[in-house]
Amino acid sequence: MKPNSLNKKKKLLRGTPRPPVLRKVPTGIQGLDELTGGGLPKGRSTLLCGGAGSGKTLLAMEFLVRGVKEFNEPGVFIAFEEQTEELAQNFASLGHDLTTLVAQKKLAIDFVYIDRSEIQETGEYNLEGLFIRLEHAIDLIGASRVVLDSIEQLFSGLTNTGILRAELRRLFLWLKAKGVTSIITAEQGEGSLTRNGLEEYVADCVILLDHRVTAQMFTRRVRVVKYRGSSHGTNEFPFLIDESGISILPITSMGLTYQAGTERVSSGIPRLDAMLTGRGYYRGGSVLVSGSAGTGKTSLAAHFAQATAAGGERCLWLAYEESPSQIIRNMRSIGLDLAPAVQSGMLRLQAVPPTIFGLEMHLLAMHKLVKEFNPRSVIMDSISNFTTIGSEVEIKAMLMRLIDLFKMRQITSLFTSLTTGDTFVEANDTRLSSLMDTWLLLREIESGAERNRVLHLLKSRGMAHSNQIREFRLTNHGVELRDVYLGPSGFLLTGSALLVQQAHEQAQAVVREQEAGGKKRELEHKRVAMEAQIATLRAEFEIEQIKALRAVAQDEERATVLTDDRVQMAKQRQADAVKARKTMTNKSGGA
Amino acid sequence: MKTEAKGDPAMVSTTNSDVQWTLRLYVAGQTPKSLTAFDNLKSLCEDRLKGHYSIEVIDLLKNPRLAKDDQILAIPTLVRRLPLPVRRIIGDLSNIERVLVGLDLREKH
Repeated sequence: MKPNSLNKKKKLLRGTPRPPVLRKVPTGIQGLDELTGGGLPKGRSTLLCGGAGSGKTLLAMEFLVRGVKEFNEPGVFIAFEEQTEELAQNFASLGHDLTTLVAQKKLAIDFVYIDRSEIQETGEYNLEGLFIRLEHAIDLIGASRVVLDSIEQLFSGLTNTGILRAELRRLFLWLKAKGVTSIITAEQGEGSLTRNGLEEYVADCVILLDHRVTAQMFTRRVRVVKYRGSSHGTNEFPFLIDESGISILPITSMGLTYQAGTERVSSGIPRLDAMLTGRGYYRGGSVLVSGSAGTGKTSLAAHFAQATAAGGERCLWLAYEESPSQIIRNMRSIGLDLAPAVQSGMLRLQAVPPTIFGLEMHLLAMHKLVKEFNPRSVIMDSISNFTTIGSEVEIKAMLMRLIDLFKMRQITSLFTSLTTGDTFVEANDTRLSSLMDTWLLLREIESGAERNRVLHLLKSRGMAHSNQIREFRLTNHGVELRDVYLGPSGFLLTGSALLVQQAHEQAQAVVREQEAGGKKRELEHKRVAMEAQIATLRAEFEIEQIKALRAVAQDEERATVLTDDRVQMAKQRQADAVKARKTMTNKSGGA
Repeated sequence: MKTEAKGDPAMVSTTNSDVQWTLRLYVAGQTPKSLTAFDNLKSLCEDRLKGHYSIEVIDLLKNPRLAKDDQILAIPTLVRRLPLPVRRIIGDLSNIERVLVGLDLREKH
């Protein structure tokens, strides 16, 4: 060791043109290598701290096991807390066969037993025994990875902390000199990273594991507190422990770097496709279907699922409300049989109780499902259920990551969202809307003692979509979109109100027709009456005329008769008088 | 302090007990601490267990496997293998009072 360090010093003194870049050892743990920009610092110690049950031992062991399996790097596990058999049992449930690895000399486990009651300290000592064990184990299998879990147990077993601290300092220097990449686990202290201040000694890389319960939901988180000489993600990232070990949510995917294609996928409803410029959703797009209870969100989703499966592509349906069989039964009632698609494996109905784990766990579970099933479309029905386990901001953050994942993989996603009330239906989902490429709103319009559904296409990014409202009908042969009817007053009419309106208009037309006929007849009547009147008048006139003519004739006759009479009388008396009278009459007009 | 058996890990019977003591001292090389510990142990045994004890010195540098097998952490470590129960004492055994407590020898005094 000494000559080595001297050589290094000499090299440094000579002055290398470029300082060597910090080399890293990949852990092989999903997400952790992204988080640390390639792994743990090679040949150095990493402090892994966290509370009891935060997953320190698991992460540390996985570092070793994956080192063996994926990078062929043997590892040594020095256990201060659990016995070798216990460890083997615990990790068997995670699919790691430690016993075999030990037998293959790929892994060495040494359980260091410390019991304060059995140890009597009588003067000066050192921890050379531990060093010897460590070196023996490392040399035996040629290990390049070492885990000390958890070295803090020494503090509870030994009282002379002065010696202990000096020895720990020596141990970490020794590990560095040995050139092994190590993880030191430590219990998190109050207000400090570790209970016994181990961060003083191990300062190259510090990773903090945390677990907390919020809203009765258990969530594990990991944070890289410090990484000397390297950039790293500084946020907290959720992680999941399940049968395949640890997976930390990959963060590198959150980059908005996906390629946007122009390929389209059918919504499964011809009229809806027509509204979307005739070709449906964009592949890789996100679709939000919001609506109040019973507006047909699931049915809309079912059409999409059916269309995906019919196109020979896999569809993953995450049902947060209903069981698969219930969905199949319900969709049969509108003439959609999802069972064949399920049987052929093109459609996977996965029931996930929303409250089974936290948001991050859902996200991780989704990542795994998507990786495993590799669907071309994903349906989440409905995302409203997440409100029971997270705040709006958290849900949005989760969906953002999720949509990013979908878009990276060109998966078309459809989310249904239950909105409450009808008036402010859009306000509820506005925050989510920014994540969505297409937003369909299903509404119910109440009129004439019934509720009818209408579909609004609120937005669809990147296409000149229809802005018209359609009536959304659930028939026994699936969803049907119809043009809505605008009544004479400009209001939407749907359902039976539409029928009523139509009947009403027909009746009105008949009436109008009848009225027009009546008017014609009336006019005719009037004309007839008028003509009759004219005839009457004419008749009266004729009578008058006749009367008048007759009177004139009588008068003339009478005058003639009078004259004749006078002539007769004059003749009888004296003609002179008649003559004189005649003259008088002529001169003065009177007798 | 008696000097008859000094430097000789032989068994010498004594009058106060027939119990045979088996002690193991784990060291890592001939360090001053190891030598101090051995000297302290030797004189103590001669004083208290004269004639019915044996001391085995194990150098872990020569036999590192035993460190794991015998659960040795600190150096030097003294293990009382017999009589049972097994007892462990760490350090250079300079604190005689603690060694007596550790070996469960005090009440006999």
